[in-house]
Amino acid sequence: MNAADTIISVRDLGLSFGPKVIQQNVSFDLKRGSIFAVMGGSGCGKSTLLKSMIGLLRPTAGQILVGQEDYWAQNDKRRTEINHRFGVLFQSAALWSSMTVGENVALPMEMFTPLPPDVIRRLVELKLGFVGMEQAIDLMPSEISGGMRKRAGLARAIALDPDILFFDEPSAGLDPITSARLDDLILTLRDGLGATIVIVSHELPSLFAIADDGIFLDAKTHTPIARGAPRDLRDHCTIPEVMAFMNRQAEISPTDETKG
Amino acid sequence: MSPHIMTDPHPHAAPPHPAQTPEKPVWTLEGDSSAPRLVLRGSWSVQDGGMAPFPPDGLAQAQSHGTLTFDSQGVSGWDSAFIAFLWDVKQAASHAGLQFDPHGLPASAQRLLALLPDAPAPNKAADRKKPPLLERVGEKSLNVLNETGTVTELALETAQGACKTLTGKSGMRLKDLATDIWNAGPSALLIVGVVNFLVGAILAFVGLVELRRFAAEIYVANLVGIACAREISAIMTAIVMAGRTGGAYAARISTMLGNEEIDALQVFGIPVSSYILLPSILSLGLMMPLLYIYGTLIAIFGGFVVSVSMMDISPLGYLNTTFEGVSLTEFVFGFVKSFFFASFIALAACRVGLRAGRSAADVGIAATRAVVIGIVGVIAMDAIFAVMATVLGI
Repeated sequence: MNAADTIISVRDLGLSFGPKVIQQNVSFDLKRGSIFAVMGGSGCGKSTLLKSMIGLLRPTAGQILVGQEDYWAQNDKRRTEINHRFGVLFQSAALWSSMTVGENVALPMEMFTPLPPDVIRRLVELKLGFVGMEQAIDLMPSEISGGMRKRAGLARAIALDPDILFFDEPSAGLDPITSARLDDLILTLRDGLGATIVIVSHELPSLFAIADDGIFLDAKTHTPIARGAPRDLRDHCTIPEVMAFMNRQAEISPTDETKG
Repeated sequence: MSPHIMTDPHPHAAPPHPAQTPEKPVWTLEGDSSAPRLVLRGSWSVQDGGMAPFPPDGLAQAQSHGTLTFDSQGVSGWDSAFIAFLWDVKQAASHAGLQFDPHGLPASAQRLLALLPDAPAPNKAADRKKPPLLERVGEKSLNVLNETGTVTELALETAQGACKTLTGKSGMRLKDLATDIWNAGPSALLIVGVVNFLVGAILAFVGLVELRRFAAEIYVANLVGIACAREISAIMTAIVMAGRTGGAYAARISTMLGNEEIDALQVFGIPVSSYILLPSILSLGLMMPLLYIYGTLIAIFGGFVVSVSMMDISPLGYLNTTFEGVSLTEFVFGFVKSFFFASFIALAACRVGLRAGRSAADVGIAATRAVVIGIVGVIAMDAIFAVMATVLGI
C-alpha cells in the first residue's frame, strides 16, 4: 500500500466528554475504494468516532488527515469544503421533514453547485433512481416507511458525488431482506461511484458480506483491540472480546438490532 | 446518419491539447440504421458542464429491432452526468424499439445503469385537484363539529381528573404538577410584571394628557385601576401566558408524539388526560388568576409612577382615589375570567399538540397554532364576558 491509496488517515485519536474517556490511541488508514467497518459493542464509542470524522465533534487528541490536510486544524470554512467530499447517511436517515424527498436530495446541489433547476431535477431523479425511490420524489418523509427513508437518505448522501460515504448503522431497524438489498446497493454504489465507505455497525451478517477492512473498539479498555476485515477477525482472531462479539452471531442466529 | 454534437457545433475547433483542460463531452451516432453505434468521447462530469440531455427522438431514424451498441473508449472521466445521459439514451432506445446493449460501456457504469428503472416517475404534483366548494365546506363543518366534541370530551375528562385529585386517585404525579406550576407561575413573574407595568404606565400617560384638559388628572387613578383590574391585566397576562406556556405545552406534547412517548403511555393504559393534560391545565388554571392579581397591582403601580413623577398628584391622593374608585367586584370579575382564559389556553394547547403530526416541521406548526388559537380565543372570550357583564349589570 502506498500513500496515494490512503484517503483518510487517523493518528492517535483521543475522544472524550469532559473527564470521561470514550476512546484513545485510535489509529488507522482508510484505503481508497475500501469498505471500512467500525465495530464494537454498545457504548464503545463507534458513533462518536464517526462524528469526529465528519466534523461534528472535535477530538481531544490526535489528528485526522484527509488527503494531506489535518482536518481539525483547518478553519470552519475549509472544513466545510472538505465536508463536500463526504456523504453521510445518518442512523435515522435525518431527512428534513419540511421538504419532499426530492427537495431533500436537491438542497445540497442547489446550495453548492451552479446548476440550473432542470439539471438538478434530472440529477435528483437519477440519484433516487439508483436507490429505487424515483416514485417517492414528491412525497414527504413522513409519508414513507423506515426502509424507504433510509434509501432516500442514501440518495441525499450521494447528491454531490462524494469520495467518501459514512454510514451510521445503515441496516438498523430494517428487515433482513431490505437490509441485504441495502448491502448490495452499497457495493454497487461503491463500484459505480468509486467511493470509499466507512460503516459503523454491529450488524454482523452485513459486515461479513461487504466490509473488507475494519477496526474493533473495546468499551472496557477504551482502545481499538483488533484490526482487519470482519470475516478474517471472525475466522482468525484469538482475542476473547472479539471472538465473543463475532461468534455470538454463529450461536444465536437472528440479527441484533440494538444501537451502540 | 449525420453526427450530433451536443455542446460544440464545430468539433474540429476543439483545443488540440485536451489533457490540459477537461475535454468537452461529445457524442456521435455511427453505423447504419439497423445497428447504430453511439461513440462517446471526452470528460462527462457535472462540474465540467457535461450535463447534457439526449434528445428523446434522437434514435427515431433507426430501425426498430436493431441493437444499439456503445463505444466509450474516448471517455476520459465521468460521474453522474454520464449516467444521466445514458439513462436518456436508454429511454430513447426503448421508445424507438431498439435493443440496448451496454457492453461497450465501463463496467461500473453498467452496474449503476442497471439500478435505474426504465423511466423516471411522471410528475404527479400537478394532478392534485381541489374538491368542489360544497364538499370542502361540508368537510370543514364536520371537522369543526368533531373538534368541538373532542375538546369538550377532553375538558370533561380533565375536570373529572381534577375532582379525583381531591381524593388522591387521579394518577397524576405530584412531581409533574409541581414542575408545571413552577413553569406556569413563579418563572413567569418577571415577564408578566414588565408587560403589566408598561401597560399601566402607558394608560396613565394617555389618560393624563386627555384629562388635563378638564383639570381632572386625579381620575387617572380610576382609569388605570378599573381598566386594568377589569380587562387589561387579565388579557395581557393571558396573551403572555398563551405565547409562553401554551406554545411550550403544544411543542412538548407534539414532540412526545413524535418520539412515540404518547403511544407508550397508551399501551401501558396510562390515561393521557391524567398524565399530561391534568398537570398542565391544572397548573395554568391555578397560577394564572394569581398572576392576574399580581399583574393588576403592578399595572396600578406603573400608573402611579407615571402620575406622581409627571403630574402634581400626591402619592397618597393617588392611592386613596384608587382604593375608592376600584371596587372589589372588578377584581373578582377579572379573577374569574383569568381562570377561564387559563383553562382555555391550556386545553387548546394540549389538544393542538395531541393532534399534531410526528415530524419536526409539525412541532413548529403545532406551537404556532396553539399560540394563535390561545390569543384569538382569549380575546373572543373576553368579548363574551363583556356582553354578559353588561346584561347582568356587574
